[in-house]
Amino acid sequence: MKVLGKPRRRVDGRAKVTGQTRFADDIVLPRMLHMRLLRSPHPHALIQEIDVEKAKAYPGVHLVLTGKDFPVTFGILPVSQDEYPLAPEHVRYVGDPVAAVIAKDEQTASEALDLIKVAYSPLKTISSPEEALQNPEPRIHAYSELGNIHRLQAFEFGDAEESLRKSDHVFEDLFFYEGNTHLPIEQHAAVAAVDGEGKLTLWSSTQVPHYVHRALARVLQLPAAHIRVIACPNGGGFGGKTDICNHEMVAAKAAVLLGRPVKICLNREEVFYLHRGRHPVLMKFRTGVTKEGKLTGMHLQTLVDGGGYGGYGTASTFYTGALQTVTYHLPRYKFEAARVFTNKPACGPKRGHGTPQPRFGQEVQLDKIAERLKLDPAELRLQNLIKANSLTANWLKVGSIGLEECIRQVVERSDWKRRFRKMGTGKGLGLACGAYLCGAGLPIYWNKLPQSAVQLLVDRSGQVTAFCGATEIGQGSDDVLAAIVAEVLGIDPFDIRCVTGDTGITPIDLGSYSSRVTVMMGNAAIDASNKVRKLIAEAAAEQLEVVPDKLVFANGKVSFESKVLSFAEAVTLAEEKFGTLGALGSYKPPRGPGRYKGAGVGPSPAYSYTACVVEAEVDPATGWITVPKIWIAHDIGRTINPVLARGQVEGSVYMGLSEALMEEQVFRRLPPKLSGALVHKIPSLLEYKSLTSLDMPEVDTVLVEDPDPNCPFGAKEVGQGPLLPVMPAVANAIYDAVGVRIDELPITPDKVLRALEKKKKGESPRVGPEHFPVVPYPEPVIVAPPWEGGDGNASKGFERPRSHRAESISTFQK
Amino acid sequence: MAQRQHLGLTLNGEPAEVSFAPYKTLLEVLREDLGLTGTKHGCELGECGACAVLVDGEPQLSCLVLALECGGKTIETVEGMGEGAALHPLQEAFADLGAAQCGYCTPGILLTAKALLEKEGNPSRERIKEAISGNLCRCTGYQQIFEAIEEAARRMRDESPR
Repeated sequence: MKVLGKPRRRVDGRAKVTGQTRFADDIVLPRMLHMRLLRSPHPHALIQEIDVEKAKAYPGVHLVLTGKDFPVTFGILPVSQDEYPLAPEHVRYVGDPVAAVIAKDEQTASEALDLIKVAYSPLKTISSPEEALQNPEPRIHAYSELGNIHRLQAFEFGDAEESLRKSDHVFEDLFFYEGNTHLPIEQHAAVAAVDGEGKLTLWSSTQVPHYVHRALARVLQLPAAHIRVIACPNGGGFGGKTDICNHEMVAAKAAVLLGRPVKICLNREEVFYLHRGRHPVLMKFRTGVTKEGKLTGMHLQTLVDGGGYGGYGTASTFYTGALQTVTYHLPRYKFEAARVFTNKPACGPKRGHGTPQPRFGQEVQLDKIAERLKLDPAELRLQNLIKANSLTANWLKVGSIGLEECIRQVVERSDWKRRFRKMGTGKGLGLACGAYLCGAGLPIYWNKLPQSAVQLLVDRSGQVTAFCGATEIGQGSDDVLAAIVAEVLGIDPFDIRCVTGDTGITPIDLGSYSSRVTVMMGNAAIDASNKVRKLIAEAAAEQLEVVPDKLVFANGKVSFESKVLSFAEAVTLAEEKFGTLGALGSYKPPRGPGRYKGAGVGPSPAYSYTACVVEAEVDPATGWITVPKIWIAHDIGRTINPVLARGQVEGSVYMGLSEALMEEQVFRRLPPKLSGALVHKIPSLLEYKSLTSLDMPEVDTVLVEDPDPNCPFGAKEVGQGPLLPVMPAVANAIYDAVGVRIDELPITPDKVLRALEKKKKGESPRVGPEHFPVVPYPEPVIVAPPWEGGDGNASKGFERPRSHRAESISTFQK
Repeated sequence: MAQRQHLGLTLNGEPAEVSFAPYKTLLEVLREDLGLTGTKHGCELGECGACAVLVDGEPQLSCLVLALECGGKTIETVEGMGEGAALHPLQEAFADLGAAQCGYCTPGILLTAKALLEKEGNPSRERIKEAISGNLCRCTGYQQIFEAIEEAARRMRDESPR
């Protein structure tokens, strides 16, 4: 490798340290107007009347829009087209936009918002999953599957109940993971303008310009060919900019109507309302093990609090169970999930998308199992690891798996064997693992098209321009693109110009989500680069009188032994021979082996793996938790740029630790005299607690390289997977420190104190959910695992005594 | 609306004049009236530190400073950190060592760190953590930021006359 694996400044590094990176709100256009949105103060209400006359007449106001101006709905998933740019009659959370003012400046627009009169007729508020289950009416959405249950899913891969029944032990545990939000420091912004040809351009802080493009065509009823969406570099995404946003649709419509550029930048409070963050999830795990600690089966139930709209929620719900099988061998697996609508900002994908919640439960439960069976938690995991190149019970195809090496690394580096359970009161170590997708196998709307493409333009000067729809959200996608093209063509990454995230001039990439960019864009980049390289090699070989395959492309030269051409000379020869040089490369993931309905969520070209050890100190007097050090090892397949890879791992550790200890998106009811509305408790950066530089522990990062054949040069993802083991490792470390189980996140000092008090009184030293409500899960889709003669299709049920439920060891019942 | 205000200040080492609506913060005047969009905003409430600039050499949250208060003062933004085309050692180290991921909190942290290094040539890790504790970064986990500030301090000490 000439470029890959070497620590290097990222190609866009200079722009970022000089303030020259142009984020959406940095765009200023001549004659630009400014937009503000009026948002509902009610969590659930019908709009009776909106009077905008005074706002329209206010000096400096150019346009006022309401729901009447937007008859067409949108939504990121084809199955959830349930959002309006501005709500026409039904508002579903405090913050739901109902009107927009476009004025000469932000100040004027804000003043005019106050002049809009909206008459609401409040409806009963559904504030929690329990309330959603108890109150099928009033319906938050008419299309939900059952009352206020948005989606119900159930799968059974082999007779899991039978496996549990035959197990030596069945562990039954409840966990709760509170919702939290992405909190990118950049607030969402968008600028819309109509160009000289009468076509619409939208610049936006979005991770998914392609999907925004499609939504704009639908909502504005414009030809897609007349719309261009440019994803500006995002000032942090973490999934918070992967949905289609109301303000993007409204700004675009306003620009079309006014023929002038229109900008909106949300304020921080509005970013909390936009949300689309981590779903609150209640989980019940029933896991069978032999007395030696072999896992025999699992039954997982999840109850997912979706908030007011569908968004990605259907996919999120699948993800609360799809990846339980890719770390440890589960011979049989039953998974039931329900997502409910509530009158809160809609949840969606945040780093790890639906998988951190069940990963937390699974890894804490494994810690409990190890404790009970008197096994070392690391050994328990090692003896249950799935094999490389294998299928899982739910028909996921796993390629390379470097988890064993990851576990060995963190165990050794943290001196685990000498210190675990031996550190004395108040100090402890906890271990956990995780796995994540390297790109979702399927696009979010059904098609058989490429999911990423790269176009190369090679100039006779030797300049290479790489075009790709991929979106730079800070993770370094431009750097990955330049590095891979540079590696194949043997040139310097800094000699490549990246043009990305622009649906008007770059070929398709579905967006920066599901950790898909390195693998999908990377494979497309190799495809395009190889095509160009072949032409250059052929021409250069002719000139140098050698066989093309013998040529080496490195250090800006094309050479065979002493015969050398500069890259530019070789390009010129190729251009003489073949005409203007360029190539398109594209990539579509291999089809997953699952054939049952629901098999579309979970497949990926590859899976990344992580192991983590957390050291925690707990003050038994105050419950205060300090984390002095974290060891983490991530199987990245192959490292493209170790500087950036380490940044992704440590950024994940930071975000995971912050979620473990403090982050929560919570709501409260106002007192009755203040409307009784359900409002966001803390829509500000000061009150929404997150770790600062002072709280951040030392992190020992190891990159394990187990190249995956489906990945570019073997490179797997690194942006999301390393977050997953952090939260359970924190919980497990706290148990090691003070012997209490906090089975819900975040783990705050008050919960630790409560558990310590229970321990003192001789009660179960645990704080966490104590009840899982009755959820009307449907009959499961039954699929035989690969080792039980299955072919990936759903099969008919198997005979079994249904009432015969396995006896279990539960820690949550009093 | 009140009359636009007019004032003079020293901006990135050069005299500058600007007129603006009197309610505007220094952040807004820098970004909107002076066209210096390198200074970022994440809350406009003094909570995130993204908008930090140097006012008379001290880090200040420009979203909390009324521009009207800045007459005659010396303001330094990220655009003024380098010397000509050469980057400041902090900028070099941030770019080389992965201290800027999305780059959005970066200008505020760079200026906060610059103020620190101008007072202390060899700050401890603890001092660095403390100095930037008002600047939120959601991407990096801070490790590479600490290391970049330490590396810049090292480079600056090596270059400075003994």
